[in-house]
Amino acid sequence: MADLSIDFNGIKSPNPFWLASAPPSNSGYQVQKAFEAGWGGAVWKTVGAPVLNVCNRYGTIDYKGRKIIGLNNVELISDRPLEVNLKEMAEAKRNFPNHAVIASVMVESKKEAWQEIIKRIEDTGVDGFELNFGCPHGMSERGMGSAMGQVPEYTCMVTEWVMEVATRPVIVKLTPNVTDIVQPARAAVKAKASALSLINTINSIMGVDLDSFEIKPNVGGKGGHGGYAGPAVKPIALHLLSSVASDPEYQQSRIPISGMGGVETWQDAVEFMLLGATSVQVCTAVMHFGFRIVDDMIDGMSNWMDERGFKNCTDFIGKSLPRISSFGDFDLGFQSVARIDHNKCIQCNLCFIACNDTAHQCIDLKDMKLTDEVTERLWPVVREEDCVGCALCASVCPVDDCITMTEIDTGRPHITWNQLIKEKPEVLQWDKMIEYREKNHIHIH
Amino acid sequence: MAEHYKPVKYKAWEMSLEERFQEVFPPLSEREAVLEANRCLYCYDAPCMVACPTHIDIPTFIRKISTGNVTGSARTIMEANLMGASCARVCPVQELCEGACVLEHDEKPIMIGRLQRYAMDYADEKKIKFFNKGKSLGMKVAIVGAGPAGLTCAGELAKFGFDVTCYERKMWPGGLSTYGIVVFREPVEVARAEAKKIEDLGVTMKTGVTIGEDIQFDQLLKDNDAVFVSIGLGSVPHMDIPGEDMEGVVDGLDFIEETKVKPLSDIKYGNRICVIGAGNTAIDCATIARRLGSERVTMIYRRSEAEMPAYHFEYQFALGEGVSFSFLTQPVEVLGKDGRVEGLKCVRMDLAEPDESGRRVAVPVPNSEFVVPCDMVIKAIGQLKHTPFIAKLGEYGIKTVKGYIAVDGKTNRTAHEKIFAGGDCIRSKGEASTVMATQDGKIAARAIYEQLTGKPIPEGTLKKSTDMTIDPAMEKGYALCEHKPRVHAAVTTK
Repeated sequence: MADLSIDFNGIKSPNPFWLASAPPSNSGYQVQKAFEAGWGGAVWKTVGAPVLNVCNRYGTIDYKGRKIIGLNNVELISDRPLEVNLKEMAEAKRNFPNHAVIASVMVESKKEAWQEIIKRIEDTGVDGFELNFGCPHGMSERGMGSAMGQVPEYTCMVTEWVMEVATRPVIVKLTPNVTDIVQPARAAVKAKASALSLINTINSIMGVDLDSFEIKPNVGGKGGHGGYAGPAVKPIALHLLSSVASDPEYQQSRIPISGMGGVETWQDAVEFMLLGATSVQVCTAVMHFGFRIVDDMIDGMSNWMDERGFKNCTDFIGKSLPRISSFGDFDLGFQSVARIDHNKCIQCNLCFIACNDTAHQCIDLKDMKLTDEVTERLWPVVREEDCVGCALCASVCPVDDCITMTEIDTGRPHITWNQLIKEKPEVLQWDKMIEYREKNHIHIH
Repeated sequence: MAEHYKPVKYKAWEMSLEERFQEVFPPLSEREAVLEANRCLYCYDAPCMVACPTHIDIPTFIRKISTGNVTGSARTIMEANLMGASCARVCPVQELCEGACVLEHDEKPIMIGRLQRYAMDYADEKKIKFFNKGKSLGMKVAIVGAGPAGLTCAGELAKFGFDVTCYERKMWPGGLSTYGIVVFREPVEVARAEAKKIEDLGVTMKTGVTIGEDIQFDQLLKDNDAVFVSIGLGSVPHMDIPGEDMEGVVDGLDFIEETKVKPLSDIKYGNRICVIGAGNTAIDCATIARRLGSERVTMIYRRSEAEMPAYHFEYQFALGEGVSFSFLTQPVEVLGKDGRVEGLKCVRMDLAEPDESGRRVAVPVPNSEFVVPCDMVIKAIGQLKHTPFIAKLGEYGIKTVKGYIAVDGKTNRTAHEKIFAGGDCIRSKGEASTVMATQDGKIAARAIYEQLTGKPIPEGTLKKSTDMTIDPAMEKGYALCEHKPRVHAAVTTK
């Protein structure tokens, strides 16, 4: 059986599944219960400055009858006294010495404040720290959380303060609410952080109630931006993770990343790890279903690794990262067309209407006489010579493997955009572009 | 316990009499409806819509349920079908819309009927009125028979602006929806509320009036610009066997009607019942009898299971209700004492070669007579036509096909230019059903408008363009029927 344990720059964990710093890791009771369920680590709900919370704290988005594809919150960092948190951290670590207990920290932007709290937490025996530079609501207005993470210089400065006193690994947690996440990531690297984690939650308003006109979540008739998480944010998280993980400056540092943002299943976790995460953190999914989901996460990842002969997580961490590329380096000669398997087609004709209304009008409805039914309906048929290979039809098709995007060779030159404009800069003029297309039989209708 | 949670009693004998006659399918909850609506693929040019004889825009009404626009959903249904509440309950959806659903094979079809009922119930509860009487055209139309065909025709004509009067011989309008559909499929209140909606469009409802007796047809024709004849079919025919007139031998439709109009506890039923026939009405009678409390209910059918005209789901339902079936059995005599039924003498049958209709002929097995002891015999072997009335129409040059009124399929006009007809009384071929009758009414209403005003029907009144090309719709209905030759016995075509 595969070995799921990880060494996260000195933080040891029996598996890569950690609770994210959030309501599920609010107390010693919860963290220890999660460890019993199988979670490898937990990043404690952020401790630091004193706060007062509000009601309601959570807003959710449902989709087609399925609950919580996205969740946002306006809950603040831990509202329990620091002493209580420290006592419970120590107890959790004592009872689960082989699990990763990481303290998330956020205080005001003062060197003494940061260094004092780091020292106090170190005494509990926790395995490391996560600096919360990402919380987008409540704390940011007070100059903390994302207010620090959005300014690379602050990120660097505070991390340096912490690194001066910390003897255990320090993870810098990044906010997605920036134009280019690579900048704060580089700042953390510059400050010699031990690791990075991303993404924190995304600024959001969850909705408006059509009856009461209230904002969701409704706080006494008012509402405001909160941190958005859950399955719906996963693609954004994967992009930001891959941006950082493929940045050369970051890569030189060789520090690990803890990935998060919409992880709900072992498949999600594997995707994050294939794009460079060493551990993954989970919040919304456990808030929806409880700690028990980790059982399938461990089992599913383990089986997947066994099936592919991966013995350790390091065998596949970052494996898909070399495929992350930019548009200018894509092969312009790679061609695919949609092929419909009429044995599988159920004639919902969604491919037809999607292509005809919103894509490239290359699917026709034709009388095919494929059955002996008197009332046989028309079948969707692709005009391959006109198919641009956009893959919309394959995406809307409700039947597995009915429409496949098949690679074909049309003789188009295998060249990237970057190579093309270097070799033939004249194609940046429309007339030359048309000439180039004609010469290479690239027909666009 | 959640307020909406009620423990489900699956076994009929665990329920009270009233519970046993509640609708078999409970209404969908809002969440159930939305989840089911979200399963719909929203097909383009959806086959369900083509399969529906009234061409309800099914993907659209389902999508509207999924977005919480239930009012809009009900309107979409009603625009195509004023009998939407009845059809939602009694349509043979397995044979029509749901049978055509693209998810039929890989998954399971969308519960179109129950979703339609959800939308119609919602509109009813909220008392939403979708349509009004059109600006008066100053023209009068009489409707003879206020069943689904007549009510639909009346409603559509009223929307156009005609002054419409319905003449109905029964106490209440609704036809078979009110009197002939078993109450646990469609409660009488639903049928009456549906008829009330037609009245609310300004249609005058004259019930307890028999044309030919209380008012002469000649007078009706003289007083109106057009007449729509939707008289349905009549009682169950004679079997022509000895003892048939004995006390305890009843007409299946009368038996069903009692459960619709009387308190359930007042209904007399036998403890050991033979139901003759194997159509949907026969099944209704048998399952009603079981739910009333009969201990032994046997269906007597002279052919085999393969030939039985009842829908397969009705057969399954009857089996689940504890009804037993005696196939290849022909009744030959009702036995009794002092004029009361005591048994049904039957003979065993064998199947021989198919006849010209393709069905295998049942032939008696010599010396195989036996007696089924029973205290009640229910006849459900089809319906007679209203021959005297149809004969009267003959005086106006109206022709018949197999005893049914002959009409032009595109207009439902008879050979007489002022007389139109629809519903079971014209169903010489194809499936006699509520939904086909409804479409008949629509076709006639459109034709009457175009004929009397000389103008094409106004934009947006009968919405879909497919609605206007009536032929394929009905042909589809026929095609389905010919594909699966099952005929509703309540309205059997012979």
